Amino acid sequence: MMESNGLTDNNEVIVQEACFDSGQEVQRLQSQSSKIGAVVSFIGVMRDFNNGSDVESMTLEHYPAMTSKSLLAIVQKAKERWLLIGIKVIHRVGEFKPQDPIVFVAVTSEHRGDAFSACEFVMDYLKTQAPFWKKENLSSGSRWVDGRQSDREAAKRWDT
Amino acid sequence: MITVLYFARIREAVDLGEEQLVLDSSCSSVKLLKKTLAARGGAWEVTLSENQSVLVAVNQEMVGVDHKVVDGDEVAFFPPVTGG
Repeated sequence: MMESNGLTDNNEVIVQEACFDSGQEVQRLQSQSSKIGAVVSFIGVMRDFNNGSDVESMTLEHYPAMTSKSLLAIVQKAKERWLLIGIKVIHRVGEFKPQDPIVFVAVTSEHRGDAFSACEFVMDYLKTQAPFWKKENLSSGSRWVDGRQSDREAAKRWDT
Repeated sequence: MITVLYFARIREAVDLGEEQLVLDSSCSSVKLLKKTLAARGGAWEVTLSENQSVLVAVNQEMVGVDHKVVDGDEVAFFPPVTGG
């Protein structure tokens, strides 16, 4: 695992400030194996509106020593549960403006069912397990975003 | 010694990101450590009281309050995560 500026990366999980090129990432993943029959990708994007307020910008803080470790654990869980060929998670940190991409998850498999489920699973787990925190900047000041009950419930449905 | 880290809302409230503490019986488990820190009063008490949702990681893995703390551990307190 390489480490620089407190941010970490390896083949499957990257935490970085820079933006990512989702098209390039999907292309790279897709060309990994001729057995790939399905590629499912997800991009999480910053919205300009949350809990009744206009959001001008956002700061995303993380716990550097734990972030990659927890993302890798989530990826590992997905690989144990479904028949996957490749997986990639990129999560950005730092400053964001509305419409900026925040997170990228892509999964490849032989058949679409595995890739669809695994992609959703990784996002649901990431939302409740990975140590990132959003702080929204409004015209009236800034506020920390609260964890959502709906996210906790979404992660729980995979427990069965 | 143990290292204690605070993140996000909690770090701002207690105005501290990191500290070193001598490991003794007052912090030999997550529950005891949390109680000891809350006893500092003010923002510590408000943020780390039992009815607040606070997550804890020991050596970068989330644990429950009964988890033991041993010398050299890195303990982190943080609010529910909001990434993605």
